[in-house]
Amino acid sequence: MNATSQAENQALARAVLELDVNNHAGVMSHVVGLFSRRAYNVEGILVMPVGDGTKSRIWLLVNEDARLEQMVKQVEKLEDVLAVRRHGADHRVFERLEEFFR
Amino acid sequence: MEKQTTETLTGAQIVVRLLERQGVRTLSGIPGGAILPIYDAMSQSTLIHHVLARHEQGAGFIAQGMARATGIPAVCMASSGPGATNLLTAIADAKLDSIPLVAITGQVARAMIGTDAFQEVDTYGLTIPITKHNFLVNSAEELLEVIPRAFRLAASGRPGPVLVDIPKDVQNQAIEVAEWPAIGVADPIPAPAPELIARAAAMINEAERPILYLGGGVVHSGASGLAVALAEKAGLPTVMTLMALGAMPVDHALSLGMLGMHGARCTNLALDECDLLIAVGARFDDRATGKVAAFCPQAKIIHIDIDPSELDKIKAAHVGIAGDVAAVLKMLSPEVESHLRKRWLTHVNGLKAAHPLRTPGIDDARTHYGLIRAVADCLDDEAAIATDVGQHQMWVAQAYPLRRPRQWLTSGGLGTMGFGLPAAIGAALAEPERTVVCFTGDGSILMNIQEFATAAEEGANVKIVLMNNATLGLVYQQQTMFYGERIYASKFKGQPDFIKVAEGFGLATVDLDKESDPRAALAEALSMRGPVLIHASIDRQQQVLPMVAPGAANKDMIGG
Repeated sequence: MNATSQAENQALARAVLELDVNNHAGVMSHVVGLFSRRAYNVEGILVMPVGDGTKSRIWLLVNEDARLEQMVKQVEKLEDVLAVRRHGADHRVFERLEEFFR
Repeated sequence: MEKQTTETLTGAQIVVRLLERQGVRTLSGIPGGAILPIYDAMSQSTLIHHVLARHEQGAGFIAQGMARATGIPAVCMASSGPGATNLLTAIADAKLDSIPLVAITGQVARAMIGTDAFQEVDTYGLTIPITKHNFLVNSAEELLEVIPRAFRLAASGRPGPVLVDIPKDVQNQAIEVAEWPAIGVADPIPAPAPELIARAAAMINEAERPILYLGGGVVHSGASGLAVALAEKAGLPTVMTLMALGAMPVDHALSLGMLGMHGARCTNLALDECDLLIAVGARFDDRATGKVAAFCPQAKIIHIDIDPSELDKIKAAHVGIAGDVAAVLKMLSPEVESHLRKRWLTHVNGLKAAHPLRTPGIDDARTHYGLIRAVADCLDDEAAIATDVGQHQMWVAQAYPLRRPRQWLTSGGLGTMGFGLPAAIGAALAEPERTVVCFTGDGSILMNIQEFATAAEEGANVKIVLMNNATLGLVYQQQTMFYGERIYASKFKGQPDFIKVAEGFGLATVDLDKESDPRAALAEALSMRGPVLIHASIDRQQQVLPMVAPGAANKDMIGG
């Protein structure tokens, strides 16, 4: 297996979740707690406030596995989560950050 | 918000006023330093009766008993630190059984949070995974929004516990209150999709061997009558989870009773043969399904649940309908054809005749099944039946003729020993006209026995039936069956004199071991007003049968 196809494989096995959430202390704990209690690792996390700062956007980079659908449903149930969108691993939000992790 | 004259009130006074406005008339808790302002404000309330528990876990389960008996969110209170940590088990139990609960805890003052102050613990962090939602309140102003919201969240959709952690300085903060918010009530639930209802109806109409599988959601939704009506119209043999017992009277012709680990052989065998499983407000718990891959292996599945995340969680549904089960059943029934279903029902009745639940000794009040039957013979369906957790719980689930939704209070998901006594006290306080029986064991009763004091103080009409085998019976049973009879840490070498203990707490007592006519003694004890301990020794060697070994397929039952 050459390097390119390995990277492709990894790309296929990942997903990016985009969450609109209320911005207050504890929201992040609620979200990541759902993953950690299932021993489901979150590979990457990005959060910034949006608009007037009452809301935030969370980006999660996770491994795609059979549990992901259930994870999304659980995240949607959280009171402070307003919306969840699911993207492929090719989403640029984490790609652009790579230079900070070299 | 409604207009009122402006008042200056502290956060504590606001909490009490909001609870009063919410209609809370009884709540349970234990005061302590960080919640004293709220207790001080509550002392001025003429509407709220505070039930002083003797351990915060007791307070949590007293509130649960109230909520389970009525379906209305109930309130428990505790101080910070150990008060809050002692509540955790009752909160987690409410989460797993979807019980609407509002837990209010005191917290150290905001300036001291994070300093390891006296009796400081991260209550918010601790309760994230065991609540539907939780709050750490930052100002007295916020309470006006948070308290009604806590009640709304506890009652909305799939019910559950909500925790509100209130720092002491927020309780003491005085603000001007000009308007009061509306009380928190359950949100309306979106109507189910009609095309899914039509598909489900078609599947039911086409099925040859359907089974209706009722879960606790049927009780929560008040849909028992609708479920029974659907079963009768479409000729559906019906199984119930532990949480759903009472939804269909157990002696109904279509009832197959409880399914799963300790279900009757006929029940699990019928499920093994069904070609359609209609799951209503049930979550395919492992105690109900056994090995999932082998559960109803031939069946298509219709799954109706208020919580969308339950659909496809354990077993993929051919039709999954998210919605309030009462609303769904109301739409579904008219589309389902009347069906006598003679062949399947005849076959199921054959299974019932050939493989019934065996209840040896049921006519002898000195046996486990016989005692349960003797209690039932003294009571009608108005009585409420609570249990603790263990062998006695399973025997009561199997043998007590439960016929009414909310008649049955038991810790299903979390399986909490110590649940029974305080939950029974809560049920008795919420519905004082009822007789509340708490079946318990000698292991479970010791886990919250301090609530004898609360029962006596409140004069709660609870009859505690203590089935004493001097053993942690289910552990003993599993060690006997699956661990080469290596009995370890499950036989009590010493035991308290439960009669003396109960007398010491101020309870009336009856020791059936010493009665020549146990049935007459039982009848007299159950007809007394107020808390009574009824003690009965039972045989340690008796097992809960049949039993599906953990992880095995339901059709591979042991015994019974």
